[in-house]
Amino acid sequence: MVATFTRPGWYRAALCTVLAAAFGVGLVVLLRSISGLPAFQSEQTGYPQVVVPLILAPLGFLLGIGCFDYWLRWGVGARTIPEDHSSHGAYSWKDYFKVNTDHKVIGVQYVVTSFVFFLIGGLIAMLIRAELAQPGTQIVGAGTFNGLFSTHAVLMIFVFIIPMFAGMANYVLPLMIGAPDMAFPRLNALSYWMLPLAGIMFLASFLAPGGAFDAGWTGYAPLSTGAPLGQSFFNIGVQFAGFSSIFTALNFLVTIITMRAPGMTFWRMPLLVWANLSTSLLVVAATPFISGAQFMVLLDRVLHTNFFQFGAGGDVISYQHIFWFYSHPAVYIMILPGFGIISEVISVHARKPIFGYRLMALALIGIVVLSYSVWAHHMFVAGMFSWLRVPMMLTTLLIAVPTGIKIFSWLGTLYFGKIHTKSTAMLFALAMIVTFTIGGISGVMLGMVPFDIHVSDTYFIVAHIHFVLFGGSVFTIFAGLYHWFPKMTGRMYDERLGRIHFWGTLIGTWGTFIPMHWVGMDGMPRRVADYAAQFGNWNLMISCFAFLLGAVQLIFVYNMIVSWRFGPKAPANPWGGKSIEWLVSSPPPVFNFDEIPRVVGGPYEYGIPGARHAIMPGEGAEIPVTRETVVGS
Amino acid sequence: MFTNRLPIAKLAGAVVALAAVISAVMLSINWDGAEDSTAAPKIDNLLNIMIVLSSIVFAIVVVALAYALIAFRAKPGDESDGEPIHGNTRLEIAWTLIPTIIVLFSGGWSWKVLNEIEETDPNHMTVSVFSQQYAWSFGYPGKEYAYSQGVLHVPVNRQIVFKMHSQDVIHSFWVPQWRIKKDNVPGITTTAVVTPTKTGTYQLICTELCGFGHASMRAKVIVQSQSAFDKWVEGLKEKVPPDLMVSVKQDTETNPEPLERAVAE
Repeated sequence: MVATFTRPGWYRAALCTVLAAAFGVGLVVLLRSISGLPAFQSEQTGYPQVVVPLILAPLGFLLGIGCFDYWLRWGVGARTIPEDHSSHGAYSWKDYFKVNTDHKVIGVQYVVTSFVFFLIGGLIAMLIRAELAQPGTQIVGAGTFNGLFSTHAVLMIFVFIIPMFAGMANYVLPLMIGAPDMAFPRLNALSYWMLPLAGIMFLASFLAPGGAFDAGWTGYAPLSTGAPLGQSFFNIGVQFAGFSSIFTALNFLVTIITMRAPGMTFWRMPLLVWANLSTSLLVVAATPFISGAQFMVLLDRVLHTNFFQFGAGGDVISYQHIFWFYSHPAVYIMILPGFGIISEVISVHARKPIFGYRLMALALIGIVVLSYSVWAHHMFVAGMFSWLRVPMMLTTLLIAVPTGIKIFSWLGTLYFGKIHTKSTAMLFALAMIVTFTIGGISGVMLGMVPFDIHVSDTYFIVAHIHFVLFGGSVFTIFAGLYHWFPKMTGRMYDERLGRIHFWGTLIGTWGTFIPMHWVGMDGMPRRVADYAAQFGNWNLMISCFAFLLGAVQLIFVYNMIVSWRFGPKAPANPWGGKSIEWLVSSPPPVFNFDEIPRVVGGPYEYGIPGARHAIMPGEGAEIPVTRETVVGS
Repeated sequence: MFTNRLPIAKLAGAVVALAAVISAVMLSINWDGAEDSTAAPKIDNLLNIMIVLSSIVFAIVVVALAYALIAFRAKPGDESDGEPIHGNTRLEIAWTLIPTIIVLFSGGWSWKVLNEIEETDPNHMTVSVFSQQYAWSFGYPGKEYAYSQGVLHVPVNRQIVFKMHSQDVIHSFWVPQWRIKKDNVPGITTTAVVTPTKTGTYQLICTELCGFGHASMRAKVIVQSQSAFDKWVEGLKEKVPPDLMVSVKQDTETNPEPLERAVAE
C-alpha cells in the first residue's frame, strides 16, 4: 500500500498534486493571516488562494510522476537508481503513460498529446464557426465567445503546433544525426510532462469564476490585467508551455552540436536538422520574453505591481513590445520546422537532391536573424512612435526574401526529378507550397503600413494567420506525420483514406480562409461574436467549409488509429530515403543503433551512382568514393 | 545549362497569361468598399499595385509547380532517381535579388503613401475622441468645448486631426470607408488624420478587443457640409465632462517625433 504512493507513477502524482495544492492554499492563508488580512480574497484579478496552488500543483504532479526522482536522489546524496535503462523503450501502451527517457517514446507522447489538443482546439473552432454562421448571437454569448476564440488560439499555438514540431523532431532528429538519444534524456522527459499540464490549465480556465481567459491569445494589457481569474490560468499555463519549449530547444541545440555521428559535418546535416537548429535558436532567446510578459501581467493582477497600469507609472504599450518580441519570432518557431519537413518530403518523393542546399540552410539562418527585427509590424496602429513603423516595414518586407528562396528552391528540386505522388505526405508538401505562398503574399501586403492601417484587426488578419498557420504549419505537420508514420509505428497507413483527408483538408482550408480576406477588407473586424448583416452569406459559406475541414480530420484520426493497430507492416525504408532514420528498422531498435553509423556524404545524393549518406555498422568495409556536393551545374 | 532543356518561352507565356487573368479579375473588384477620404484612393491604389505584383509571383509558383507535375512525374514502376542537380548559382542569386528589389520597391511606395496620408494641413480641425467600455464620445473645438455621445459629426473636405483618449482598456477607431484606424490607448493620446471627401452616414467600429461588449461598440459618423456642421455644433448643449478632461491632461502626447521632442524640451 505504502509502496503504491512512494513509487513514481500516477498514484504518487495524484497524491503530490493534492498535497502541493493544499500546501499552496495553506501558505496563502497563513501569510494573509499573519499580515492581518482576511484568509481568502476574491477580487476578480486576485484569488491568491487559487493562483498559488495553480503554480504549485503542477510542480507537485511533476514530482509525483517521477520527473525529478533521479536529480533529487543525486542532489541529496541518496543512492540513485542504477542506470539499467528500465525507463527506455515502450513495451506496452502503458509505458506511454510513464516518465520515459527514450526520445522515441517521448516523441510519440508529444505527438499524440498535442494532437489531442488539436482536436479540442478544433472543436472550439467549430463552436466559433457555428456562432458566426449567422449575424447576431445564437449559440454562445459575447463573453463566452471571447473565451472560446482565446482558448482556441492558445491551444493551437502553445500546445499543438509548437510541441507537435518538437515531438516530431524529438523522434526523428536523433535518428537523423546518428545519435543514440537526445543529449539530456531526463530533461526531455520533464519537457514533455509540462506540456499536458499547460494544456489542461488552459482548458481548466473554463471552470474559473468569470469564465475562461477572454483577452485573446495576445492578452493585451490593460484588458488582461483587469480580467477575471481565468486570465491567471493563461499567465501560469504559458509558463509551463514556455519552459517545456525552452528545455526542448536547449536539448536540441546541445544534441545537434555535440552528438552528430562521425562524418556528419554541419553541411551534411539534413535540412530538418538545420530547421530545428534555427528554431531552437529562436526559442531559447525569444520565449523568455513571453514568459516575462505573462509574469508581469500576473504580478500586476495579483500583487498590484504597476508594470502596465496607466496612471500609476506603468506603460500600456510596453506590454505589446515585450509580447511581440517573442510572438513574432514565434511564428517562425511555428513554421521553420515545417520548412525542414517539406524539404525532406519533397527531396525523397521527387528523387532529387535539394536545389541549392546551402542557400536553403542560410535562408533559415537569415530568417532567424531578421525575425528579431520585425516585431513592431503588429503595432502599426497601436500608437507607438510613428517613426518606428518604416524601418519595421522594411525588415518585414525583407523577411519575405529568405522565405521566397525556400519556395523557389523546393520548386527547383522538383525539376528533372521523378516525382512520386503516391504518398499523402507529398500531396500535403506540394499543396503547402501554393497555400503558403498565398499566406506569404498576404503577409507582405500586411507589412505595408498604409494597407495595414486599413486591415489591421480585421478578418483579413484572421485569413492571413490561418493561411500561414493552417495552410503552412498544419499542412507541414500532416506531411511529416504521414511521412514518418511508418517509421514511428512500424505500420503503413491507408493511402486512400489519406487522399480523402488531403483533398478535404485542402478544399476546406481554401474555402474557409480565402473568403475571410474579402470580408476583412470590406469592413468586418475580428474577434466579434456579432457582425453586420451584409457579411452574413459569406460567413455562412465560411462556416460550411470550416465544418467540412473539421469533419475530414476525423478521417485522419480513424486512419492513424486503425493503421497503427492493423496496418500492414512497414519496411525500414518505404519511401527510399537516404537520411539515417531510413537505414534502421521501422520502428527503430530501443537504442537506435548497435554502433554509431559513419556519415560519408550529403543527405540528398539522389541520382549519383554509388553515393551514400551514411554507412551502417556491419556494412561492407569498402567506403564508396564520395563526391563533394557541387553547387551550380 | 539544364535550363536550356525547359520550354522557357512557353512557361513565361503561361505565367504572363495567368498573372494577367488573375490581375484583371482581382482589379475589377472593389475590395475595400467606398472610398470616402483622401487617403482611401491612395491606399486602394497601393493595394492594386500589390495585386499585380502578387499575381505575378503567384502565377510563377503555380505555373512552375504545374509544369513540374506534368513533365517530371515518375512513370508507374519507375523507381530510378532524378538527375543529380544540386543547384544553380545564377538562378539562386536571381531569386534572391529580384524579390529583394520587388519588396523594397513596395516598401518605398508604401512609405510615400504613408507620408501623403499623414501629412497635416494647417487648416485642420482637431476633434477629441473619448472611448470607454463600450461607448464613444467626442469633443469639438470652440468656446464651450462641445461634446456629443455616440455620434460623431465632421465637416466634409476638411482635414480632421483626431486626438484619441481611452478611459479604461485599449480600443481602436476605424471607419472602413476612410481606411483609417488608430488605437485609443489609456494613458496616452494618439493621433489620426482624416480628410473625408463625401457627405453621408458611416459606422465607427471598435477593432481592438475590449471586453464582452466589443462587437457592439459602435458609433454613428455623420459627414456634412461645413455650414451644417457649424450649426450642429452650435446646438450642442453638453460640455466635455470634467473627468474626461482630467484624462486628457494626464495623457502623455504620443508620437512626438524625435525632433519635436527636442524642441519641446
